[in-house]
Amino acid sequence: MKRFFWPLGIFAALVIVLLVGLKHAPEKGVIKSPLIGKAAPEFKVPLLTDGTQHFETAALKGGWHLVNIWGTWCFECRNEHATLLAIKSEGKIPIIGIDWRDEDTAAMQWLAQLGNPYETVAADRDGRVAIDWGVYGAPESFLVNPEGVIVEKQVGAMTIEDWQSRFLPHLTAGANAIGTTRQGSGSSGGQP
Amino acid sequence: MRPRAQRGIGQWLPRLAALALLAAGAGPALAVDTTPALPTPELQQRYSALTHEFRCVQCQNEALADSNVSLAGDLRLEIHDLLAAGKSDDDIRDFLVARYGEFILFRPRMSLKNLWLWAAPGVLLIAGGVVAVRVLRKRASLPITDDDDLAGTGGTGQA
Repeated sequence: MKRFFWPLGIFAALVIVLLVGLKHAPEKGVIKSPLIGKAAPEFKVPLLTDGTQHFETAALKGGWHLVNIWGTWCFECRNEHATLLAIKSEGKIPIIGIDWRDEDTAAMQWLAQLGNPYETVAADRDGRVAIDWGVYGAPESFLVNPEGVIVEKQVGAMTIEDWQSRFLPHLTAGANAIGTTRQGSGSSGGQP
Repeated sequence: MRPRAQRGIGQWLPRLAALALLAAGAGPALAVDTTPALPTPELQQRYSALTHEFRCVQCQNEALADSNVSLAGDLRLEIHDLLAAGKSDDDIRDFLVARYGEFILFRPRMSLKNLWLWAAPGVLLIAGGVVAVRVLRKRASLPITDDDDLAGTGGTGQA
């Protein structure tokens, strides 16, 4: 019996290592964004509705924002739309839409038909901004705190459960830490 | 049998010729990469090497160079522009890793986190060698118990 101890032990350890590896294989799930915990990337994009105006990184500071990358060509975005509308109606956070590699007319038609959950919609027509955000598939959503740091990310359609379990707690925790200033600065800075 | 076989070849030749023509025409369709060429062959060489080094994060098992997903095209253009702007290969690797993480590299970098992976083959080889030497020494010191004179000694000597 004793002579089998080491080989068996090593084999068991190997099995555990491989099982953990299989479970965490990036192909099986979502690539963890290296951007979490970092400042939102610097960018400046023209607005979808008015090309003379721009949205830029500085506008994300001072309040919580949910940055959502979407496109009318993206099937999952249609599934996600109801969640975004629900988040909007909660009124806790402004949603910034980045319309990725899309046609302006199609995007505006989409918003007119399905409802517009966004406070601001910017048009990333050549996909440069999406690259800076490390986006690899729409929809993707980033939660940005009042300091302009990305604290959470969702790849693929967000459900209301995702929002409540992974995103909302950051906001309430942040509100407790920052105190009463969050609501004030969030709404005044967010809605011009 | 024979006339039938001959008719078969006669029928197939024009079809094969047509197929060959079609295949020749399909060449341009295979050109996935539509990024404009870089000014010097040296830059173009680096571009080609780099685009094969990165994973298309959307399709995951294709290189950036081979993927016709729009994001891969955008990333190729980004690499093109960075090269044209005089960035080094390492700058470009850092640029992509900062955005998409280590996963975008087909050949992972050595870091503290995965050091054990790089060290594992060597450690296993040494551990295996130690075990093998020990076992062999132990066996060598065992008295030769021969139940069969000739075959017995010959057998243990070889094993």
